[in-house]
Amino acid sequence: MTSKSKWLSAPYVLWSIIFIVIPLGMIFYYGLTDKTGAFTLENITAIMTAEHAKALWLSILLSFISTLICFLLAYPLAMILANMKVNQHSFIILIFILPMWMNFLLRTLAWQTLLEKSGVINNILNFLHLPNINIINTPYAIVLGMVYNFLPFMVLPLYNVLSKIDENVMNAAKDLGANSVYTFFRITLPLSIPGIISGITMVFVPALTTFVISTLLGGSKILLIGNVIEQEFTQASNWHLGSGLSIVLMIFIILNMIASAVFDKDGEGAML
Amino acid sequence: MRNTARKIYIALIFIFLYAPIFTLMVLSFNASKTRAKWGGFTFKWYSALFQNRDIMEALVNTLLIAVISSLVATVIGTIACVSMSGMKRKTRSILLGITNIPMLNADIVTGISLMLLFISFGIRFGVGTILLSHITFNIPYVILSIMPRMKQLNPSTYEAALDLGASHTTAFFKVVFPDLLPGILSGFLMAFTMSLDDFIITHFTKGAGVDTLSTKIYTEVKKGIKPEMYALSTIIFVTVLLLLILVNMAPSGKNEKADK
Amino acid sequence: MKKKNVKTAILTVSCALTAMAALTGCGSSGGENGEVIVYNWGEYIDPETIDMFEEETGIKVIYDEFETNETMYPKVESGAASYDVVCPSDYMISKMIENDMLAELNFDNMPNAKANIGEQYYEQSKGFDPDNKYSVPYCWGTVGILYNQTMVDEPITSWAQLWDEKYADNILMQDSVRDAFMVAEKLHGFSLNTVDPEELETAKNSLIEQKPLVQAYVIDQVRDKMIGGEAAIGVIYSGEAIYTQRENPDLVYVIPEEGSNVWIDSWVVLKDAPNKENAEKFIDFMCRSDIAVKNFEYITYSTPNDAARELIEDEDIKNSEIAFPDLSQYDNLEVYVYLGEEGDALYNEMWKEVKSN
Repeated sequence: MTSKSKWLSAPYVLWSIIFIVIPLGMIFYYGLTDKTGAFTLENITAIMTAEHAKALWLSILLSFISTLICFLLAYPLAMILANMKVNQHSFIILIFILPMWMNFLLRTLAWQTLLEKSGVINNILNFLHLPNINIINTPYAIVLGMVYNFLPFMVLPLYNVLSKIDENVMNAAKDLGANSVYTFFRITLPLSIPGIISGITMVFVPALTTFVISTLLGGSKILLIGNVIEQEFTQASNWHLGSGLSIVLMIFIILNMIASAVFDKDGEGAML
Repeated sequence: MRNTARKIYIALIFIFLYAPIFTLMVLSFNASKTRAKWGGFTFKWYSALFQNRDIMEALVNTLLIAVISSLVATVIGTIACVSMSGMKRKTRSILLGITNIPMLNADIVTGISLMLLFISFGIRFGVGTILLSHITFNIPYVILSIMPRMKQLNPSTYEAALDLGASHTTAFFKVVFPDLLPGILSGFLMAFTMSLDDFIITHFTKGAGVDTLSTKIYTEVKKGIKPEMYALSTIIFVTVLLLLILVNMAPSGKNEKADK
Repeated sequence: MKKKNVKTAILTVSCALTAMAALTGCGSSGGENGEVIVYNWGEYIDPETIDMFEEETGIKVIYDEFETNETMYPKVESGAASYDVVCPSDYMISKMIENDMLAELNFDNMPNAKANIGEQYYEQSKGFDPDNKYSVPYCWGTVGILYNQTMVDEPITSWAQLWDEKYADNILMQDSVRDAFMVAEKLHGFSLNTVDPEELETAKNSLIEQKPLVQAYVIDQVRDKMIGGEAAIGVIYSGEAIYTQRENPDLVYVIPEEGSNVWIDSWVVLKDAPNKENAEKFIDFMCRSDIAVKNFEYITYSTPNDAARELIEDEDIKNSEIAFPDLSQYDNLEVYVYLGEEGDALYNEMWKEVKSN
């Protein structure tokens, strides 16, 4: 097949070069030059200025918290689902994927409606004579939005690896006298690491780079690094700075890729 | 006892996931314009929605873009997978690495990089640019779902077919293709979903007056939420639910037959 | 045999690509008399008037919306979207003139624009379009405060009340650089066109100080939030006042005593507009008195169209102080001017500092 394959792969190789490699190259070109076209590192080091560093730090913090919450919520859920009787599988999984098929913006919009001052939740609380909650336009609302939107991305890979663990291994461990806590830490957890890694990647990267959730649930009061980059392109029209900051963002993503490559040597990913 | 705890836990997560959607559905029947009070039951937002030319146009755009981009991505992705199997390990992993970039990279960076590409090559923004972008980020999902099947493939069946006098094309479509089909289908579905749900990349690559549902909703939300939006989300949800139930029924029916 | 396979593959891909190219081409086919691509503010036109224009002229309108002058500019500048008609504000028009982005208009093609728009508005436009060559006024107004009488203790008369702790979490600010800075600059008695770094620093610090009290920075959402009683005080364009009062009678619009901004949004045609003739037809259509009055009733922004004002049936609105304020009684209203590239960069930088704080 070898000689033929070379030709067969041509369309795809061409496509990747035009639409993946060259565009990335352009980001690097803009990020490493100034308005006159001269080489500069200024756009990269701009991340150190107070407002950018703050936005980046806040993004990391919020996405870290969201990822952690997603993990803590999803792991028990995935374990329960994986242990369920087989004939219920597809239906249960379906239920957890279904919200993902709703438009991402509509889902976030729903939370705006729920959380607003005179929103649904506060109306219910008023009716019950309970104190109102006021988290819209705060970082809490953004974390909530992230967890809500990205939770399925954590559940699915975890469920996939957990349901593949051979029950005989667990039984063997139990036969050999291991209690359930020990079995969990020595067998279940280590075997599910590929799922954990891809779950973390799939939650952390979109959370780190979002600008939609912070705009819709943060009342434009909270600036994440995604917002800064988006505004450099759509408002300040400083593409050089925007590209420079994108390069910084990519460094974080590359670190993430390396981490998942180390744990997931097959290169297949556990997300599907 | 443990079972009850499990059920409660699942129920709680279930509420968390569905309460917002349920709220939107209820509000879509609320006659009063503000969500603060219930003004009676009405269908008027639904008729208003169908009379809204912009939203209907956006809906058509969204579906068209999703179908075409996922189809093209599936074709390109399938060919790429087949051709990659014959490559040297090193070349293949480099190519796979590049393939995965749009999937692992931040959407905002992918969107911006494509925007820069289109601008510097003077391509006019419109449906075409959205399509090209969607195909680009759809291909990795297709490849990712076909690759594992590719590895399970037994090369000797293909060679046997050749030995028996089949042409390469026939051998491919009669022997290899059926084995890949489930992977190709799930790749197509995955790509379709991703295309439907995308906002960020479309946001950066769309042209004048061309909107998909996502970008339409984004501008609507910024202008202030209209009840038509609640109606729209209800319709989308019900449609997706029905589709998924149908899709889910089909294979389970087959399994039952097989069991007999 | 091998070659055949390659051919099939390449054929498939190229078919797909051609199909796509064809589709891209179809996207811009237009109506029987071509098309016109309009880029306007959100909620700034009665959609019916667009339908009427399409029906009467056979020109297809491709309509797109922007949120602020600042988001409009990069889209137009990059040239990738190729618009025909845009509706920027005063200072943005002078920036576009300076950067040679606008086409000279031929007023002979636009009899309505010549006849119906009040002379004083063309006079006023000379501040940013010195020879009245590039722009036709569409709407004008002021920036002020809209407040909910039931939610405040005393009448709001001053920008300083936006810094009152009492109203914490009940204040809506504008999410656009110039309008947000204008509030702080007027508070301190500066010009709203200042580029003095010290004055800007003071304004910036005031905005940072105010931020914890602000519920959200919004643009078009102000009106829905005020109508729904989500907030007590909001910075808003005068044009929204009539609409919001109609929906919620508790709302009152004031121009604060420290002064404010007076603005004009005008139609302009871009220099590299693909459909210049249709663009002028569109602008002229919008200046027709019956169309202008329809738009006025829909968006309730003050119209510079004197002929249209005569057609307003509601006497109260026709003579309304809010819709048509007598500007001579204010001596502290200012027009934004373009601050140059450096000035813009300075404002952007400071705004980012406010937002990230």
